[in-house]
Amino acid sequence: MDLYAEILASTIRMSVPLVLAALAGLWSERSGIVDIGLEGKMLAAAFIAASASAVYGSAWIGLFFAILVSVGLALVHGYASINQRGNQVVSGVAINMLAAGLAVVLGNTWFKEGGRTPSLPPEGRFLPLDIPGVAALADVPVLGFLAKVFLSHSIITYVAIILVVLTAWSLSRTRFGLRLRAVGENPHAVDTAGISVAGLRYRAVIIAGVLCGLAGAFISTSLSSSFVRDMTAGSGFMALAALIFANWRPWRALFACLLFGFLQASGNYLQGVSLGGVQIPVQFINMLPYVLTVVLLAGFIGKSIPPRASGIPYTKDR
Amino acid sequence: MIPAIELIGIDKRFGTVHANKDVNLAIAPGSIHGIIGENGAGKSTLMSILFGFYHADKGEIRVKGKPVKIKSSSDAISMGIGMVHQHFMLVDPFTVLENVVLGAENGALIGPALDKARAELTRLAHEYELDVDPDALVGELPVGLQQRVEILKALFKGAETLILDEPTGVLTPDEADHLFRILGTLRDQGKTVILITHKLREIMAITDRVSVMRRGEMVATFETRKTSVEQLADAMVGRHVLLSVDKGKPNPGEVILDVRGLTWKDKKGVPRVDNVSFTVRKGEIVGIAGVSGNGQSELLDVISGIVKPTSGQVIFEGKDIGIMGDPAHVRAEGIAHVPEDRQHRGLIKEFDASESMILGWHHDEALGHGFRLDRAKVIARAKAEMETFDVRPPDPFLKSAKFSGGNQQKIILAREMLSNPDLLIVGQPTRGVDIGAIEFIHKRIIALRDQGKAILLVSVELDEIRSLSDRILVMFAGKIMGVRGPEADERELGLLMAGVVKDAA
Repeated sequence: MDLYAEILASTIRMSVPLVLAALAGLWSERSGIVDIGLEGKMLAAAFIAASASAVYGSAWIGLFFAILVSVGLALVHGYASINQRGNQVVSGVAINMLAAGLAVVLGNTWFKEGGRTPSLPPEGRFLPLDIPGVAALADVPVLGFLAKVFLSHSIITYVAIILVVLTAWSLSRTRFGLRLRAVGENPHAVDTAGISVAGLRYRAVIIAGVLCGLAGAFISTSLSSSFVRDMTAGSGFMALAALIFANWRPWRALFACLLFGFLQASGNYLQGVSLGGVQIPVQFINMLPYVLTVVLLAGFIGKSIPPRASGIPYTKDR
Repeated sequence: MIPAIELIGIDKRFGTVHANKDVNLAIAPGSIHGIIGENGAGKSTLMSILFGFYHADKGEIRVKGKPVKIKSSSDAISMGIGMVHQHFMLVDPFTVLENVVLGAENGALIGPALDKARAELTRLAHEYELDVDPDALVGELPVGLQQRVEILKALFKGAETLILDEPTGVLTPDEADHLFRILGTLRDQGKTVILITHKLREIMAITDRVSVMRRGEMVATFETRKTSVEQLADAMVGRHVLLSVDKGKPNPGEVILDVRGLTWKDKKGVPRVDNVSFTVRKGEIVGIAGVSGNGQSELLDVISGIVKPTSGQVIFEGKDIGIMGDPAHVRAEGIAHVPEDRQHRGLIKEFDASESMILGWHHDEALGHGFRLDRAKVIARAKAEMETFDVRPPDPFLKSAKFSGGNQQKIILAREMLSNPDLLIVGQPTRGVDIGAIEFIHKRIIALRDQGKAILLVSVELDEIRSLSDRILVMFAGKIMGVRGPEADERELGLLMAGVVKDAA
């Protein structure tokens, strides 16, 4: 029983950065801006969160700087894609490379630990919340199991779940959501309705920055206790795959991310398991989320319809 | 009376192009005012300035006598100006309600606005014959209804003055009549309507007053009932033009193209061309009429060899060319093709005119041997063809994209007609072409027929089909609905185009 509870709790934990990144991609792409730079923004945020937290000794200060830097990168992407009407994929790739390189160089300069950041003390991390009464449930059947699965998380996890609800609600019920969906489908319609296309897209891009900042901080200060190079390990791309699989819908994106999270979590717990007398190499199990990414992106499962204007710079003339 | 809208000395340049030159215009309230002119005359630019989409370099706009600054579309909307664009400004995956509410949500949550719009739509539907299902997805509606959604959008936002830019291009004659009825009702209720068009017939049918633009200038304004089609045409072009096509009796010879049971299905398995059979004889022009998107384009693709038919035969001079599925082979048999979409298929915009003029014929031995292309010969040929077809400017080194629509079309027609084909396939020969050039192109097509060549003509302009064709086939949903002579009346053809009646097979 305990093992199952741990795998499920770990599934939720591993899904959090994916969910946040997928939501970031969702906001950006539903507004018509393709964001291949989720990975880079998360990585930069992870690095800055761990660094600031190590220096100031506070996870919250780390989170603040992570969001600041991630939004900064998002604005660079926004400027390239909205004002300069550049190629959004190229801009995203540039951000990924920039983040991967700078994190190592700056980390080495600041901390002289070969690109790592110092190991964080407990107050520098987002640790599981100490919810009163949960400890008492530990030995109660069922309730104890559920408590272990659902009540053993840090605050960011719960924030992520709230953000899924908030995203779904605001997309379908609010003026901002309506306009945002419209600008991702037909910016000309938005412009002729007297609404600023650039304004909407900048807001979407900034939201994506905030969400990637949260995701990055979670990776280095909650899942882990320091930054190591390339620690996002492609989760930005997995989030994109989940987003495409989910057809750019928030709830479906949550479930797609949980699937990825489950594969990652089980990888950690299935090391050394044998199947029919043959020991399965751990690399094989760790590979599964990436295989799933390829399968999803190759379009083997279902048909996805991206927002029609995504990736196309807006110009008034047609 | 104070004009609903007054434009005074509007001037606008795009780089070197002087789109509007000191334009003055006054629109009386509660009237339908037509603005007519050739492509590039500056009609759309002028209206875009009024709607806040572009900004005038100079000039003043007055709404109900008051000078106003219109910096964006939202300013225009707040002053009671609405616009129905030529390309609809709709969000396809949205419902009708969501489209109507967009930009007029009136609060951070959209629920109340949707409820209000639903009530308002019912009222407007009643008042102006503007029925649309408010919960339908706009992308799934036929174009006629999409246009109604555009009108509803403007009315919902409180438009007193409604601008329509080329509204009938995508409509059947019946739908166009319905639109005109709606516009008439709007006027009777005190709204002001500005109708931009290049179709003289529409101006005569519906407007109270008409202004003519030519090369960025407002050249004249007439009371519609005191003017005539001929007078308007002359004002548009700036010289006397012949509107009717001068055409002698056809002298049809033997059958040269015999299409039998032709079917072409798209990737989803939907038959876009559905069991189509017809013949074309030497020395006749066969016109295919129909609303855009009813299988005409696909039919042209099959006959010209761009796609292979799913079933059926295309027999040309006794040979089945359908199975070739290769435009080069089809050309070699003596079929020339002027494609519908000239910007994408007719020429290469980045190429010099001389290069665009040999596309598809570049293997011609007269232009060079083997791998070699003799540039001097290519340019000499381009110069000669440009002269024959009066291409302006006659510059073989100018990029294809830099020519006007009419001159691009002349470049393509020159290339295809001068290859001396036995059959010429022409798609939309005068779409986006000025009246002056239309006259020229029509004359050329008839001259080719009189040389005993066969011509298959596809056009969405019913007037063009009726004035050029010796026989008219009407297509609807991939099928041939009927065959008529050129004397067939417009209403009858309109019903066939709408798929209402079909001849017994």
